[in-house]
Amino acid sequence: MKKMVPIYLYTRYERFWHWLQAALIAILLVTGFEVHGTFNLLGFEQAVNVHNWVGLTWLVAFAFFVFWVHTTGEWKQYVPTTKKMFEVIRYYVIGIFRGESHPFPKRKEAKHNPVQRLTYLALAAALLPVQMLTGFLYWGYNEWAAWGLSEWLSLELVAVLHMAGAFAILCFLVVHLYMITTGHSITAHTKAMITGWEDVEEGVVIESWEKAS
Amino acid sequence: MNRTMRMTRFLAAIAATLWVLGAAAPALATATAMAADAPGRTMAQQATKALPPWNTTDHSKHDALKQEFKTGKDITDACLSCHSEAAAQFHQTIHWTWQASPQGEEAKYGKAAQSLNNFCISANRNEDQSCLSCHPGWGTSLDSGINCLNCHSRKQVNWDEAVEDLAAFSEAGDEESLEIAAEIRAELQAAAQDIGRPERQNCGGCHFIGGGGDGVKHGDLDTSLIKPSKALDVHMGVDGQNFDCTRCHTTTQHNIAGRVYTRPAATDRKSLIEDDLTAKITCESCHSATPHAKGSKANDHTDRVACQTCHIPEMARELPTKMTWDWSTAGKLKDGKTYYTKDEFGKKDYLSIKGSFTWAKNVRPEYFWYNGTIKSVTAADMIDPGGEVAVSWPEGGPEDENSRIAPFKVHRGRQPYDKVHKTLLVPLLSGNEGYWKTLDWQGALAKGQAANGLPYSGDFDFVATTYVFPTTHMVAPKEKTLACNECHTRDDGRLQNVAGVYMPGRDRTGLLDMLGWVAVAGSLFGVFCHGIGRCLTNGKREES
Repeated sequence: MKKMVPIYLYTRYERFWHWLQAALIAILLVTGFEVHGTFNLLGFEQAVNVHNWVGLTWLVAFAFFVFWVHTTGEWKQYVPTTKKMFEVIRYYVIGIFRGESHPFPKRKEAKHNPVQRLTYLALAAALLPVQMLTGFLYWGYNEWAAWGLSEWLSLELVAVLHMAGAFAILCFLVVHLYMITTGHSITAHTKAMITGWEDVEEGVVIESWEKAS
Repeated sequence: MNRTMRMTRFLAAIAATLWVLGAAAPALATATAMAADAPGRTMAQQATKALPPWNTTDHSKHDALKQEFKTGKDITDACLSCHSEAAAQFHQTIHWTWQASPQGEEAKYGKAAQSLNNFCISANRNEDQSCLSCHPGWGTSLDSGINCLNCHSRKQVNWDEAVEDLAAFSEAGDEESLEIAAEIRAELQAAAQDIGRPERQNCGGCHFIGGGGDGVKHGDLDTSLIKPSKALDVHMGVDGQNFDCTRCHTTTQHNIAGRVYTRPAATDRKSLIEDDLTAKITCESCHSATPHAKGSKANDHTDRVACQTCHIPEMARELPTKMTWDWSTAGKLKDGKTYYTKDEFGKKDYLSIKGSFTWAKNVRPEYFWYNGTIKSVTAADMIDPGGEVAVSWPEGGPEDENSRIAPFKVHRGRQPYDKVHKTLLVPLLSGNEGYWKTLDWQGALAKGQAANGLPYSGDFDFVATTYVFPTTHMVAPKEKTLACNECHTRDDGRLQNVAGVYMPGRDRTGLLDMLGWVAVAGSLFGVFCHGIGRCLTNGKREES
């Protein structure tokens, strides 16, 4: 096994944002599925109240994230690529069982492997914004007439899109929670997201295209 | 910066976040507290402040009312000697005509026309004399003149009985009879001098006992409203606002605001702010269309849900109301005589002359789209006896912006219909030839149909019917308002059968839910298998 060295991978804001969003999404999933009628926990009224407040909080917090991504240039970490994608997929399908090294070691300049890039781009640029948009429309249902939407938008359509998004996020969460156990130790990735420091194999050369900046 | 310091800072940031989120909790609590300050309630309370008495007349001082009345007409003439236009006005009102409209399409609706229900079915064009005990004239004749005291005297007297007895005892002429006659005269005179606007017992004298008994017809109108508690009715409660009926049923020229047959109680939704002379008959008249605290979700419901739906969780909260009436079981005898039985409320649940009833208290209403208009079939209209026949039903639907989801009492009956003509039949009930005396359906149906000028084939059977009453009185205190999950729930919600509106918590798209859970289960299964695989091959990692 190659020697592991710690690198500082996640800045304070990134970690803060990750855990804040994780908490918001967890609360939204629980209260959201309660509002959907899947189970009874807080009671419908309280579930709606909490869901609305947390949803609006998320909307505001997400704006800060978008600002951060732009000003720091971190958006480049999300530019999709197909290079090495096959190797990454092959690693998770075969290599991981053979004890191979990850074909895409993490570096400050390249935090995400190609599959992650695609996943997180889809998440941050499509799924979550759509979820926020449909949630906001759902929340503002009684203003639709004033917003000029009531003619062509139905609550059922918004509800269906919002639910589809919820299921997609729940699926992501299941896989995500599992994937964080696939580091060089079970808790390595979790520790990294808490402290910012990730252990990586020493002496790996990062190709220039992988670098974010 | 060492790692410990970074860690400390990170923890500080987490603490700061929790603090910010914690600050949102009081905001939530404030929002809940604000809901208590409903502007619509404040507005209504200001609009209905109790006025000190301001009458400029004392009826006991009028000479016209100090005379010794001999007949009902004498009393009416005395009233009209000052209130010269009252009779002309009153004769135009539905209270007198018992017809939805004197002419046109609506003329066929009304007690005096061809309307029917699934209680005593029909007044048979006033052939059924017992129905006329509620007609606001003297005696049971339509020609006897109006009885002003019925609605305006504060004394409670059986007027028709009083004037009949007065005539009889006066005519008898013996000393004892004349004494009784003098007593009745004194009673009538006192009643004629104690005059005011209609109070609860005036209106309730008929409307609380519609259908021939307390709470028979309406689930939200019975004698418990004569002196109701605030818990029974927040508006009428004697320990609360203490409203009379006319506080909301405002009046112009003796026309009293309210729903009648085909006509809605109000055709437009205006508040006092928009029109200070508008009828105060709707909730919105005084409470506005957005009565709850600003930002309250309840305000977002008022475009689709009637106020009554949440604010009258149950009707008949003090006295039972009749829920079913099966005429088909009428006519049974015990030892050759008619009889009756009573239920747990002490209410009759079987009478030989009327059939079987069921009564209920604390009734959960049924809910329908409603634009204020009730549709109904008349004795002349064809029905489809194949299923349950709706004798009356609320009009409205999700596409109609004037419709709201509103609560109703649905009275279910079984009543006679003509198997050949496919119409509901109107039996004559009272009198010597009525069913109540003869227990003979054929005779009673033939007489009743003839009185209405309608054909009868002679071939009848019973059919199940429904009749609806909007539930609008007995508004409960705000603590009793329906909780969200009474309707926003998957199972047995109150609005389970209301179509045309997507309700979170009640509705879902089955296919999406199925696909969604399959995807979640698939994800779980996938990561589970992958994890098992890693466990089984874990040793290899050590070797590399």
